[in-house]
Amino acid sequence: MDMLIKVENITKIYRVGDVEVPAIRGVSFTIKSGEFVSIMGHSGSGKSTIMNILGCLDKPTEGSYMLDGVDTKNLARDQLADIRSRKIGFVFQGFNLLARTSALENVELPMFYSGVSVAERKRKSRYALSIVGLDDRGHHHPSQLSGGQQQRVAIARALVNNAPVILADEPTGNLDSKTSNEIMDLFTRLNRESNITIILVTHEEDIAKYSRRIIRFLDGLIVSDEKVKKAGRKK
Amino acid sequence: MISIPSAFKISFRALRVNKMRSVLTMLGMIIGVGAVITMLAVGTGASMKIAEQISSMGSNLLIILPGSSTSGGVRAGAGSVPTLSVSDYEAILKECTSVEDAAPILNGIAQIVYSNQNWSTIVIGTTPGFLNVRDWPLDSGRAFTEQEVKTAAKVALLGQTVAGNLFSDANPVGQIIRIKNVPFIIIGTLSSKGQSTQGQDQDDTILIPVTTAQKKIFGTAFPGMVRIIMVKAKSSDDLIRAEIQLNTLLRQRHHISQKQDNDFTVRNLTQLMQTAEQSAKVMTLLLGAIASVSLIVGGIGIMNIMLVSVTERTREIGIRMSVGAKTWDIRMQFIIEAVSLSLMGGATGIIFGLAGSQMLTSLVGWPTIVSILSIVLAFSFSGFVGIFFGFYPAYKASLLDPIEALRYE
Ligand SMILES: Nc1ncnc2c1ncn2[C@@H]1O[C@H](COP(=O)(O)OP(=O)(O)OP(=O)(O)O)[C@@H](O)[C@H]1O
Ligand SMILES: [Mg+2]
Repeated sequence: MDMLIKVENITKIYRVGDVEVPAIRGVSFTIKSGEFVSIMGHSGSGKSTIMNILGCLDKPTEGSYMLDGVDTKNLARDQLADIRSRKIGFVFQGFNLLARTSALENVELPMFYSGVSVAERKRKSRYALSIVGLDDRGHHHPSQLSGGQQQRVAIARALVNNAPVILADEPTGNLDSKTSNEIMDLFTRLNRESNITIILVTHEEDIAKYSRRIIRFLDGLIVSDEKVKKAGRKK
Repeated sequence: MISIPSAFKISFRALRVNKMRSVLTMLGMIIGVGAVITMLAVGTGASMKIAEQISSMGSNLLIILPGSSTSGGVRAGAGSVPTLSVSDYEAILKECTSVEDAAPILNGIAQIVYSNQNWSTIVIGTTPGFLNVRDWPLDSGRAFTEQEVKTAAKVALLGQTVAGNLFSDANPVGQIIRIKNVPFIIIGTLSSKGQSTQGQDQDDTILIPVTTAQKKIFGTAFPGMVRIIMVKAKSSDDLIRAEIQLNTLLRQRHHISQKQDNDFTVRNLTQLMQTAEQSAKVMTLLLGAIASVSLIVGGIGIMNIMLVSVTERTREIGIRMSVGAKTWDIRMQFIIEAVSLSLMGGATGIIFGLAGSQMLTSLVGWPTIVSILSIVLAFSFSGFVGIFFGFYPAYKASLLDPIEALRYE
């Protein structure tokens, strides 16, 4: 399998006034296409920071990050935006849907910026909603949807541009355990059936067990990186 | 990049969310565009009115007044002592090559009586050339002839106002009226001319032969003298030449030596009026410029609201960036939002401008003309204002850090 993600000696230092906060202190790992990886660790260990870097929302202070054969080091703002548009789908803890905007239109959003025709936009967003099982909720606004449904809309949005990678930072953090399991089943299905690479951050071992590999962070360093014995969860 | 229709769709949605705020923001543009259109309409109306008066006065017109224009020492001002005579007029017609026609004028106010009606009006003693000089066609009947001038015939031409007052709807031609108790036969009526530059009713007048006026009506102490002589140059290019010829001829006829001042003044009325028209145009520009200040104020209002909107929607901007919006996608979205505000305001402003101009005309009586150009100008200026004042908020939005924007509460 190809190396989809290759991270080498990445550090990230935030500067707050005169104080330097090292959030990532030199980590290296690779992720192949089609993997399903959980990132775990205590609060403040740098999980979100590495996710932002993987998602091309932020740049590392030192080190290199290759995504799908492209070195992101010297890319300009708009080139990073282009990578986000084509290669990455984000799912956030707080869903981050546009308020007062229908589910369909929320799912359409990434296609506004990737030059997809209106008809194609409609078709693809409807299809993405059907994948996450929300065919009948296309015209509902986020405020008319449950948390789990909102997160499904967000996942549909992450899928719609056919991005090879989905990055999910605590996607089940705001959901109860039943809904969390449903969301994780959805991720598992997407990973298995569509071969989408999924990297998610979680605090819960139960959630992490859905993935096939767990990378553990501690104070900005990787302390363990191992396969999960039994992938998925029996239904 | 994001397509323009999509960008418009996004901005209309955003504007709909805050309807009241959008309308209030537009108000600045509505007032601005309305004011520009109304002010330009007032200015254009004024210049058109002046232009109309110029053509009603007669084209290429020169007026010779008695007395000096340079009133040095104890000299009396122009027009105080009669120095112009009918023979001056005859000489002008004969000698001045750049002059097309001329008319001597001896005028005064006199009481007119027809049966039991009476009316006080301006009686102008002149020659048939007057109608040509003033570009004043007849409405009915005929003009008096040179022969009638020579014989001091008691014939009269009635202005529309006099005809209306003395005869209402009846045809005055052939009727007898009395001017200062002297009977005159009406041989024709003049067409309507409207108001003069000074706001006088030019139709409130009667024309009679100059000789008749001298002998029968005004009985002057200076026989053969007239008040003024009106001269029509052959063309506008001949105006200056005609002026020089008149000066030379009259100095010679009045025996004025090199060192002496003229005892007459030649006024180029056309030029004067053109100057007036010019200043009306300048006034139009000024009014427009002052009104466009309100457009700029409206623009600042838009900028203010757009800045607020960008701050409020920081999270939305972060979401858009995270799904791949580039710098110009964000910039376009907010610029188009600002432009939508200003153009919708502008379009409404056009309606207000048209209504405002109408109201000034019907309530205050000012002549107003709304030109297509002023509408196009005000509307495109409002669009430009939207782009100009929308740019900074849009620029600010586009430079937000995606992570910070996503975290914004
Ligand atoms: N923008 C920032 N400016 C300064 N320091 C920051 C910033 N973002 C993160 N940090 C610091 O970097 C460190 C890692 O933060 P990060 O958000 O990656 O933690 P995390 O592992 O995601 O924690 P959590 O599980 O609570 O989400 C923390 O010490 C945090 O205070
Ligand atoms: Mg975090």
